[in-house]
Amino acid sequence: MARIEFKNVSHSFEIAEGKEKLEWAVNDINIIWEDGVANALLGPSGCGKTTMLNIISGLLMPSEGKVYIDGKDVTELSTRERHIAQVFQFPVIYDSMNVYNNLAFPLVNAKVSSSKIRAKVEKIAEILGLVDYLEFPSSKLNSAEKQKVSLGRGIIRDDTVGILLDEPLTVIDPKMRGELRRQLKIIQRELNITAIYVTHDQHEALTFADEVAIMKDGRIVQVGSPHELYSDPESPFIGYFIGSPGMNILDGKLNKSNLSLKEFDIEFSKDFRDKIKIKNGECQLGIRPEAIITSKVKTKGTIPFEIIIVENMGSYKILTLIKKNESNRNLRIKSRTDIDMSVSKGETVYLKFPEEYLKIFKDNHKIY
Amino acid sequence: MKNRAWYFVIPMLILMSIGAFLPIMVVVNYSQHYIFAGSAPTFVGLENFVEVLHDSQFRGAVSRQFLFTFMVLVIEISLGLMVALALPKKGFWVAPCLVLLGIPLLIPYNVVGIIWRLFTQSDIGVIPKIFEVLGGYYNVTLDSFDAASTILLLDVWHWTPLVVLLVYAGLQAIPDAYYQAAAIDGANSWRTFRFVTLPKLRSVLTLGILLRLMDSFKIYSEPLLLTGGGPGTATTYLSLFVARKAESYELGYASAASLIYFFIVLVMSYAAFQIITRIGKGGKVE
Repeated sequence: MARIEFKNVSHSFEIAEGKEKLEWAVNDINIIWEDGVANALLGPSGCGKTTMLNIISGLLMPSEGKVYIDGKDVTELSTRERHIAQVFQFPVIYDSMNVYNNLAFPLVNAKVSSSKIRAKVEKIAEILGLVDYLEFPSSKLNSAEKQKVSLGRGIIRDDTVGILLDEPLTVIDPKMRGELRRQLKIIQRELNITAIYVTHDQHEALTFADEVAIMKDGRIVQVGSPHELYSDPESPFIGYFIGSPGMNILDGKLNKSNLSLKEFDIEFSKDFRDKIKIKNGECQLGIRPEAIITSKVKTKGTIPFEIIIVENMGSYKILTLIKKNESNRNLRIKSRTDIDMSVSKGETVYLKFPEEYLKIFKDNHKIY
Repeated sequence: MKNRAWYFVIPMLILMSIGAFLPIMVVVNYSQHYIFAGSAPTFVGLENFVEVLHDSQFRGAVSRQFLFTFMVLVIEISLGLMVALALPKKGFWVAPCLVLLGIPLLIPYNVVGIIWRLFTQSDIGVIPKIFEVLGGYYNVTLDSFDAASTILLLDVWHWTPLVVLLVYAGLQAIPDAYYQAAAIDGANSWRTFRFVTLPKLRSVLTLGILLRLMDSFKIYSEPLLLTGGGPGTATTYLSLFVARKAESYELGYASAASLIYFFIVLVMSYAAFQIITRIGKGGKVE
C-alpha cells in the first residue's frame, strides 16, 4: 500500500509529434493520494483524467515533472516495476482461460509456486465472491463478474501498491452497477488499498471516494471530500459540475447592500455583506436549486418567476424558471420543489434565496 | 402460407435447386451407371464407387491432395501470422505494404499458372537460371519433387496475403487495454501472444484455415497450366484426377470420384470448424 504523489507533472502529446505549439493534456499537477484512501478523479470527458491514470500506471511517461510512490521517484520505472494494478473501462479478461487461471495469471508470470498460487487465488475469489466460478470459462461470465476478475488480477499480487479504476462501471448492466460499486468500495476498505477511481459520473465518484479531485482542462481545480465539494465549491465550474441539476450561476454586480443581477436584486443583511471581503464590482452568484425556497405565495423578499419547464423526478420536481415580465428570456434558474407542490407551465411562483446558501464567485474563484 | 417470408424464399430455393441441386443429382445419377459414348448407359449400382475406392491412382491423388493441403495450411497460416505481426500498425508504410500484399490476390488463377510457368520454364525461366548459377538443378517437367514444391510455393505466394490481411484486420481489432493489462500483469511477450493475441485472433484464423482448406482442396488451374499434373502423376491432385477421368469419357467413374471428393471436402471442413471452435474455449489451460 502506498502514497502516490505528483510533483509538477505536465504532459503534452504534441511533444512526441514534434509540433511547435503545445497543448497540455495534463498541466502542472501537484497532488497527493494518501495511503489506503479511496480517491476519485472526476472531470468531464477530455479533461485529462485517463492521461493522469496512464502516467500513474507508467503506460505513459510525463513530458515534465516527477511521480513518487512512497517517496520514491518512479517516473522512469516501467508499469511492471511500479506494482500498480489497473481496471479498465471494459472488462479485460483472458477469455481462453477459466476464472482460476485468469486470477493466477499475474502470479504465474511472476513464477510463484503453484501451491502458493492456489491459496492466494482462493483467498481473492472469496473476497470477490467468485469461489463458485473458479472452474468456469471466463468468457461465459457476465460483465460485472468479468470486471471483478480483472480487479482480482490486480489485487492478487502481494506487492500491489495501488489500484486504478478507469470508469469501471461504464459497460456494466445498470442493474448490477450499484451492486458492483458497493462491492468495489467494500473491497477497497477491506484491503485498505490506495484506490484511484476515474470517472465523469459525479454520482459514482461521490459514492466511492473519501477524497475527490476535480479536473478541468488538464488541471486539478479542487480536492476535497464529497461534502466539501457539494457545499463549498471553489469555482462556479465545480458548483455546476457537482449536483444534479448543477448550481445556478448568475452574473451580477456587488453593491453596498445588495447584489444586483441583470434582472433583479438580492438584498443582503449587514452581517452577510461584511463577511464578503471584497468591495463592490462584478461577480457571480451561485445557489443550488435545492436551496432555493419556492412558494406560490408572495412574501417579503421574494422575487416572482415564471415556470417554463416542470420535470417530475419521482420524489421531487425540478422547475426551470425565467424572471417574470422580462424580455430577456436567457436568464434561467432551476429550483427543486416537493413532489406534492402542484405547479404547471406558465404559472408564477415566488423564489427566496436564503443568504446562508449563497456563494459568491469572482474571476472563477470563490470569494465567499 | 402463414409466413409471407416464404414468398421471398421460394424463388431463391428454385434458383438454388437449378444451380446446385440438379447438377449434383445428375452426377449422383451418372455415378450409378456405366457410361460409354455411343451406347446406352447401364445401371451398375455402387460398382463405380467400389472401383474408385480400390483404384490406386485415386488413392494416390487423395494422399497427394492431403499432403498438399496440410503443407498449405501449415505454411500459409504460420507465415501469414508472422507477416501480419511484423507489419507496421500505423504510419506511412501501412498503405504500401497492404497494396503490395494485395497484388497476388488480384491475379486470376490461370494467370498465376502462366506467370509461374514462365518463371519455371527450363529454357527461359528465371528460377532454373538461378539454380544453374548457384550450381543446382531444377526442372519442373522432369523432377517430381521440383514440380510438387513449385506448386506449393506458387500457392503460398498466391494465398498467404489473404491470411495476412485477415490476421492484420484481426490484430487491429484487439483493444490496447488487453496489452496494457498484460503488461501490468507482468506477462512476457510470448505469454502475451499466447493468451491475448492468439485467442483474440481465433475467429479470423478459423476463417483463414477454412478458406484455405476448402480452396486448396480445389486447386486445379495452376497445376494444369504449370505441370499438367506431371511429371507422371506427381502433381495430379484430386480435381485434376477427376477432370482427367471425365475428359476420357469415363463419366460414371468420374462422377463417383467427384462425389467422394465432395464428401471429403465436406467432412474435412466440418471437422476443422468443430476442432477450431472448441479449442481454448475456457476450461483448463496449463
